[in-house]
Amino acid sequence: MLIKTILIANRGEIALRVIRACREMGIKTIAVFSDADKDSLHVKYADDAVNIGPALSRKSYLNIDNIIAAANKTKADAIHPGYGFLSENTGFAKACSDNNIIFIGPSAQSIAKAGDKSAARQTLSDLGIPIIPGSDNIVSSSDLACDIAARVGYPVILKAAGGGGGRGMRIARNKDELVTAFSIASGEAGVAFGNPDIYLEKYIEKPRHIEIQILGDNFGNYIHLAERECSIQLRYQKLIEESPSSFVDETFRAKLGKTAIKIAKSIGYTNAGTMEFLVDKNKNFYFMEVNARIQVEHPVTELVTGVDIVRQQILIASGQMLAIKQEDIRLNGWSMECRINATDPRDNFMPSPGQIESIIFPGGPGIRIDTHIHDKYMVTPFYDSLIGKLIVWAENRPTAINRMKRALSEFEIKGIETTIGFYQKVFENDDFQKGNIDTHFLERMK
Amino acid sequence: MGEKTYTITSPVMGTFYRSTAPGEKFLVEEGQKINASDIVCMIESMKIFTELRSEQSGVVKKILVENEDPVMKNQPLIEIEPN
Repeated sequence: MLIKTILIANRGEIALRVIRACREMGIKTIAVFSDADKDSLHVKYADDAVNIGPALSRKSYLNIDNIIAAANKTKADAIHPGYGFLSENTGFAKACSDNNIIFIGPSAQSIAKAGDKSAARQTLSDLGIPIIPGSDNIVSSSDLACDIAARVGYPVILKAAGGGGGRGMRIARNKDELVTAFSIASGEAGVAFGNPDIYLEKYIEKPRHIEIQILGDNFGNYIHLAERECSIQLRYQKLIEESPSSFVDETFRAKLGKTAIKIAKSIGYTNAGTMEFLVDKNKNFYFMEVNARIQVEHPVTELVTGVDIVRQQILIASGQMLAIKQEDIRLNGWSMECRINATDPRDNFMPSPGQIESIIFPGGPGIRIDTHIHDKYMVTPFYDSLIGKLIVWAENRPTAINRMKRALSEFEIKGIETTIGFYQKVFENDDFQKGNIDTHFLERMK
Repeated sequence: MGEKTYTITSPVMGTFYRSTAPGEKFLVEEGQKINASDIVCMIESMKIFTELRSEQSGVVKKILVENEDPVMKNQPLIEIEPN
């Protein structure tokens, strides 16, 4: 194996997820941590750990120089960026290659191409892939945003060029709203991704969010790992994901999968990635964006395909050829994930940082929990509100729903507010159970 | 005079910002006149920005916290003298 030591440039549950894959592969792990995370589990589980700065992200987890210095000092051969933070930052990917460190993800050029909306849109429309009308470039000012909005028609949506997850994302229904939204979206994007760039799209009402997981090696081999249904969102933040989608049949899956691979090939994309689509009720689909990283919701795909995506990322980055063929991918059963967030559903999902007093985790058949929290853990206000993921597998969707309900009822976190109780209501909802969902489902349910 | 000040408090534990984005002009200064529903500051908690608006028109009397300082839930941030 080319890679012997991996530095994980992230924190929380995803840092643990990568460490676990490394340990199973016999790879040495280096954690990095801010002052706020010195007692975290990722520090404890890694073979070695380096402090990279103060609590504020831009002084630690977004600090490229400190992270590269930590990798050099510990002689790491590779860096896994996780999601968020620097995972889609071309400057970081380039800094890795400049220091002869393997970046576990696509090349800096592919990340740039995936993020370069104008080039991507041109290439994709040439390939006949449907895209949503909007700005062909980064929108440099609110005046320019207003001009483009007038052309494509309101409502419009502003999105961060530097990453996803709802950060730096705002809708505007008129010019006044757009001027304010532009400044706030840019600020959020700057803090979350170290990149304040914003682009603008026409906003499509009541769509489903369906995405395709792909893997591509350095030899031009690509496969897709089917779809994830991610329509259960609030403020453009995914909360519940599942695979497969009850809306996608085999023909549609093949069509989406083929399109996703076509997009990946067009930008020379390698490693794991996700192509996000908006799908309307007539199964018209529009390509939204490439998520050039491992995603939060990757476990639902792992549970129905049996593919360890993080392990595949490491194998691909170390120069191995994909050993899995498209015909090997057969979907088995149904998987669903609830993102457990430290937010208060009874107070408009306001962040709810604080100290956890005690936790009782669910268990039993078909349950997977990816989390970094434990009794007495301090949930600080400095980072994302995601404190864990509850994932279930069962043979079909109704059984998976019953299993999730059972697991949620066992799950108890004392000391802070979480989304657990809210999910119990979602899983009782008739439309949810029938699969009648779109990205506005939760707004209607409240 | 000053007996009936109205105080804006933080709804959540987080970081206090005086502008909508780093490097941008501060939203309000002490002594400035403001209208009801004007945005006066931002709180960042868990990467989510919340705009805090004044519920009353008046004059910004005192800004009690430094830009980028950590704040606790319910901590007083800005005193407004309503008119």
